[in-house]
Amino acid sequence: MQVNNEFRPTIVAFCCNWCSYAGADLAGTNRATYPADVKIIRVPCSCRVNPMFILRAFQRGADGVILCGCHPGDCHYTSGNYYARRRMTMLFSMLDYLGIERERTRVEWVSAAEGAKFAATMNEFVETVTKLGENKRLEDLRCKN
Amino acid sequence: MQKIGVFVCWCGSNIAATVDVKRVAEALSHENGVVYSTDYQYMCSEAGQNLIKDAIKTHGLTGVVVCSCSPRMHENTFRKACALAGINPYMVEIANIREQCSWIHKDMVQATAKAIILGKAAIAKVHLNAPLTAGTSPVKKRALVIGGGIAGIQTALDIAEAGFEVDIVEKKPTIGGKMSQIDKTFPTLDCAACILTPKMVDVAQNELINIYSYSEVSAVKGFVGNFTVTIKKKARYVKEDVCTGCGLCTEKCPQKKVPNEFNLGMDNRRAIYIPFAQAVPKVATIDPEYCTKLKTGKCGVCEKICTAKAIDYNQKDEFIEREYGAIVVATGFNPIDLKDFDEYAYSQSPDVVTSLEFERITNAAGPTAGKLLRPSDGKHPHTIVFVQCVGSRDTSGCGKPYCSKICCMYTAKHAMLTREKYPDTEVYVFYIDVRTPGKSFDEFYRRAVEEYGVHYIKGMVGKVAPEGDKLMVQASDLLANEQLNIAADMVVLAAAIEPDKSARPLATMLTASMDTNDFFTEAHPKLRPVESPTAGVFLSGACQGPKDIPETVSQASAAASKVIGLLVKDHLTCNPCVAESNELMCNGCSACEKVCPYGAITYIDKEFRMPDRTTLVRRVASVNPAVCQGCGACTVACPSGAMDLKGFSNNQIMAEVDAICK
Repeated sequence: MQVNNEFRPTIVAFCCNWCSYAGADLAGTNRATYPADVKIIRVPCSCRVNPMFILRAFQRGADGVILCGCHPGDCHYTSGNYYARRRMTMLFSMLDYLGIERERTRVEWVSAAEGAKFAATMNEFVETVTKLGENKRLEDLRCKN
Repeated sequence: MQKIGVFVCWCGSNIAATVDVKRVAEALSHENGVVYSTDYQYMCSEAGQNLIKDAIKTHGLTGVVVCSCSPRMHENTFRKACALAGINPYMVEIANIREQCSWIHKDMVQATAKAIILGKAAIAKVHLNAPLTAGTSPVKKRALVIGGGIAGIQTALDIAEAGFEVDIVEKKPTIGGKMSQIDKTFPTLDCAACILTPKMVDVAQNELINIYSYSEVSAVKGFVGNFTVTIKKKARYVKEDVCTGCGLCTEKCPQKKVPNEFNLGMDNRRAIYIPFAQAVPKVATIDPEYCTKLKTGKCGVCEKICTAKAIDYNQKDEFIEREYGAIVVATGFNPIDLKDFDEYAYSQSPDVVTSLEFERITNAAGPTAGKLLRPSDGKHPHTIVFVQCVGSRDTSGCGKPYCSKICCMYTAKHAMLTREKYPDTEVYVFYIDVRTPGKSFDEFYRRAVEEYGVHYIKGMVGKVAPEGDKLMVQASDLLANEQLNIAADMVVLAAAIEPDKSARPLATMLTASMDTNDFFTEAHPKLRPVESPTAGVFLSGACQGPKDIPETVSQASAAASKVIGLLVKDHLTCNPCVAESNELMCNGCSACEKVCPYGAITYIDKEFRMPDRTTLVRRVASVNPAVCQGCGACTVACPSGAMDLKGFSNNQIMAEVDAICK
C-alpha cells in the first residue's frame, strides 16, 4: 500500500485460533493500536501453517510474515506449537540461505490474555520490516499486475 | 462458481466510525462471484439476520461473507442464520473488521482499505468452501473426580445425585482433604468434622460413587465425552475389601516412630496406620518407608494379629484403565514451605507453628487432645502472636504475589477461640490489611476485636528471636508509629497457600492450562468460572484459586452441574473441520500418524482399480473424524500433500494469502 509515496509494507500474520487470534481480539477490545499493514489469517493451530504458505506470501509480494501461537506448553492441541517451532526453524534457515533477511519472518507466542503484547509485537515487527524496505528477492515478478 | 453475498456490519458506530462501510460494501460488490453486497447497522440483530436470510433466498446465494466483529463472537450466530435459510452453515466466512480493524486503527482511509482487503480474503476463501456436516460422538456417562477433599466430595455427591456414576481418585489413604484437619470453621464456629464426616460417609455409602484411595492418575487419553484414564492404585499392602478397619494392627505395630503427617509431624504414628478415626475408606495402610517387614523381611506382627487376614506384603502397584465422559479437577492446596522465611524462626523453635499446625493443636483429636500447649515443653502459652501474610502478597520473589484469602478469617477464628477458652492469654495479631469480604465475615472479625479483646496491630513482624523459653517478637505498629517488642510464648504463622504439587503434571496430562502460580485457569474468568479451556475438564475448589469452604462447596456444585449437563447428552456434536486424507495421493509413509496428538490416524489397506482393470492393494492413511480435533499438524507433515484440513484447506489459506498480498 503506497500512501503519500511513503513505503508501507504488506504483512501477513498467521494466528492460532485459541491463543493469538484471541490475543489479537483482546488488543482490539483494549483499543491497542498497531499499523493497518498487518492482516491476520486465522488458523486452528500454529502447526497448521505450512512453510509453503509463508513462501507463497513472499512470492505474492508480502514484505514480512509473522506466525503467532500459544506459549510453549499451552497449546490447545498439546504439541502443535512445538511442531510449528521446529518447522519454522527449518524454514528460516532455508530463507537465510536464500538471502531473505531473517527479520522478515518471526515466530511469537501470544496468549489470549496478552492483547498488549500482540499490539507491541506488531508495532515492532512493522517498524523492523518498514526499515528493511520492499521484499524483492522472493517476489514472483509474473505476479505483478 | 459460488454466488456470494457480502454483508457489512456497522456495529452501530463501533465499525462505522472508522471504516467507511458503504465504500467497503461497494468495493466488495465488484469481486468475482459476488452477486449481492450490502451494509446494515447491526447484522447480528434479528433484522440483520433476516436481511441475510432473505438475500440467500432472493439471490440464490451459495456462500456468505459477513464483515463484522470477531468470528469468536458471532460466527455461530451467522452460521445458524444461514442454516435456517437453507445453506450449509460452513459456507459462511467472517471478515473481522472490528477487533482487528476499526478498533485498532484511527485513520479512516487506511482502516477502510484494510477492511476491503480482509473482505476480499474472506471472499477468496468462501469460493473454496465446501459444505460440511458435523458428526457426533457418544458420551460415556461416567465422571472422574480427581481429589477427595471437600471440593471433590461435594462434586461427586452432586453428580451421583443426578444418577451418574462417579469415581473419586484420592492420593492419600483417605478422602477428607484439608477440611478433615481443621478444628472449627469460620464464621459459624461449627466443628469441621461434624459437617464433613457425614458427607464422607454419604460418599462411602453411595452406590454410584467409587473411591480409589491411595491412588493417582497416571495417564489421560481421549477427549470430551470419551476420556480413557489410567489410575495407579498404589500398593497399601492391605486388602481393601477384606480389612475391617478394626485398628488392632495400628496399636500393635512395633514401629512407633513414624511422623504422623495428619498431625503435621507433631506426634508419631505406627508404620501401619489409619490416618484418623473417621477415615473413608476405613482401611489400614502400610507405610513402606518405615515398615520393618517390607524393609528387612523380619517382623510380620500385623499379619499375625489380623483376624481378617487382610495383610498382603506382596501387593504391587496396580494400574486400572477406566472410561469417563467428564473429568473434574479438585486437587486443592497446601501451605507453602516456610524455609525462605526464617526471620520468623520457624526452623529454630518448635513453638513457632503454622496455622494448620495450630489447628491440629486446638483439635480434640490432635496431638495435645485439644489442649492449647506449647510443642516444646507442653506448657500453656500466655502470650500468642499471630503473623498474617507470611508469604502472601509478597512480590519479593520468596513468597506468592497473590492474597491467600482465607488467612484473615482463620486467624480471627484462632484468636477468638483462644481468648474464649483461655481468657488469661494475651493474643496479638499483626496484619497488613484485614480482608473480610464474605457473608458475616466482617461481623466475625469485629467480634474478635470488640468482644474477645484480641489486639489487632497493623504492621509486619520483622524478626522472631528465641530467647530462653520466650520468643522475642520485634514488630512495628504502623498506626502508632512505634517499635514493639513482645515476649511471646508461641508464634503462629499464617503461611500462604499454594496449589498442590500434583497439579502441574496433571495439567499437562489433561492439556488444561495453568497460570504463573500453578492455579488452573478457567475458560472465562467471569462467565465460565468452573470450566477449564479444555472441553470436558472442569475445576472445583482451591486448585483454581485460594478459596474458603463455602466458596469451594459452591464451586464444587457448579462444576457438578456442568458435568451433569454434559453427561445427560447421548451424543456430542463433533467439529466438522477435521483432517481428511486423499487416498489416491497418500503414499502410506506414516508421517501423519506420528505427529497426531490424538491417535486419530490409522492405516488401512485399500483396494484401488487400475486402468488396466487389475486391482492394487495399498496402505493409506485414514482419519477417524470423531477423534480428530482439527489441529492440522498432519497436513503439514504430509510430504505428498494428501492430507488436508476441512474448513482450513491448503487452497483456502493460500487463497487468503493471495488476496492479502495482491
